[in-house]
Amino acid sequence: MAFVALGQGGAKSSAPVKNSSKVAFILLAPGMIYLGLFFLTPLVSLVITSLKTASMTGVIGMYDYGFEPGNYAYAIEQYGPQVIRSFGYALTATVLALVISYPIAYFIGVKARGKPVLQALLLTLVIAPFFISFLLRTFAWKQIFSNEAPITQFLQSIGLLPSDQYIIGTSFAVIFGLTYNFIPFMTLPIYTSLERLDVRLVEAGSDLYASPAKTFWKVTFPLSLPGVISGTLLTFIPISGDYVNASRDFLGGSDTAMIGNVVEANYFRIQDYPTASALSVMLMAAIVILVSVYVRRSGTEDLL
Amino acid sequence: MKFSLGKWLLPTYVALTFIFMMIPIVYTFIFSFNDVEKSNIAWKSFTFDNWLNVCAQPEVCHAFGNSIAIAVISTLVSTALGTAIAIALGRYKFKGRSATNLLLFLPMATPEVVMGAGLAAQFLDLGVAKGFWTIVIAHIMFTLSFVVVTVKARVATLDPRLEEAGSDLYANASSVFWRITFPLLLPGIMAAAMLSFALSFDDFIITQFNAGPDTTFPKFVYTAAARGIPPEANVIGSAVFIVAIAIVLVVQLRSSLKAKRLAK
Repeated sequence: MAFVALGQGGAKSSAPVKNSSKVAFILLAPGMIYLGLFFLTPLVSLVITSLKTASMTGVIGMYDYGFEPGNYAYAIEQYGPQVIRSFGYALTATVLALVISYPIAYFIGVKARGKPVLQALLLTLVIAPFFISFLLRTFAWKQIFSNEAPITQFLQSIGLLPSDQYIIGTSFAVIFGLTYNFIPFMTLPIYTSLERLDVRLVEAGSDLYASPAKTFWKVTFPLSLPGVISGTLLTFIPISGDYVNASRDFLGGSDTAMIGNVVEANYFRIQDYPTASALSVMLMAAIVILVSVYVRRSGTEDLL
Repeated sequence: MKFSLGKWLLPTYVALTFIFMMIPIVYTFIFSFNDVEKSNIAWKSFTFDNWLNVCAQPEVCHAFGNSIAIAVISTLVSTALGTAIAIALGRYKFKGRSATNLLLFLPMATPEVVMGAGLAAQFLDLGVAKGFWTIVIAHIMFTLSFVVVTVKARVATLDPRLEEAGSDLYANASSVFWRITFPLLLPGIMAAAMLSFALSFDDFIITQFNAGPDTTFPKFVYTAAARGIPPEANVIGSAVFIVAIAIVLVVQLRSSLKAKRLAK
């Protein structure tokens, strides 16, 4: 459902008609104040917490206000590999999701056009995984790939997997889970772009003797770019901060921890709030830089 | 007509991918009938008991009830706040429009772990004890932008002349809103509410950071994963799936049939 709605995000809006900023203010104020109090100031809290120093009392989980940029140096030194791994996993899973989703989006948006019932059924199938709990469906994959599962034993028997190695706990398992869980986030925005594609442009391409591949890369793909951009952002951002798939209780192992897993561990187990906050601030900064560069280069300013 | 591989390649691929996407759903459903106590890992034997006595594991039921209550309250608030914003954005001229758009876009572009840890840091600084209401506060925050985007799309399709006609006929502002604008926006508002409910119900990461000792269904599943998820959790997951898919199918088919009729 989320993504049907997001797909509509690009709908062109009619020009605002009323010029009454007083009414607009009354309508906007409650929600915007809410976001200010519970979205913006928490980000400030995060920065403040990331600079706190260990409490003089020496109690675990107690920190004093301060200015300790060393927390950032410590976080990078201690968790550099996890930070790099997060972006590596997120990039791989995003590319895989794009490759898997594009043909599906193309089929629903272009080939199934004019068959609204088929389109509706296929769209429901795309979003179906959202209706089963995210954690349950990830756990289901853990069971399917478990060490005793037929598929693991089969891979071991044909020698594709050494007999002392398993699927769960590997980077493969984590990237597999991330890709699976975020395919619908990729499919729906691309579908929305392709749905509006004017087929006559594609026909014009082939009329002018362009090969199907050339028509695709010169006409279809560029026209679907807004969908590809929002799809990759909707996939990459949540994946980079995810810690369920990479958790040892789900698909991950000892060498698959991502930023999210480290933030979670620092927050709940070690109660090292400054380090957890420093890592979160760095993740947020990386995303903001990435999104603004990416969106500017791709030329889609109107995201909302 | 000769058989062409190219013609069948894409539909076959789509069908196979959908089968692949359904695997964990079917798996969860099948294992909801497994006759085991706590650790639902290997298949033992078939039983209806898990479906008939979902609350045999009281924790599962409690977590589920909590999730529903949180989703209902946060949906009501975020739908009201978000609809007002969407109307302002779609209908009024005002200063600071781009700043407003940015503040609405940011929560959708922020990883959950950042929003969760940030809000938790704020509650920690203010000495607020985390529990049911801090989860509600967090859920209203992260669902609000999605409501705005959904309702805004509906506002954009609204013909302003209908409202003008209302005021030309001497209806006052509030009756124009409740008798013209609101009914026309209702499908968009309902879609936004359903979306907000679904997002809240399935949220785990933001919830974990702001739940304190309280629990929700996803948090229960996450915690239980270490020692084995009881089959009752699969029952709840499967039942929610069936209800949600039924609602979506009805809504989707109705609107696509309507589109078909209009196209004729």
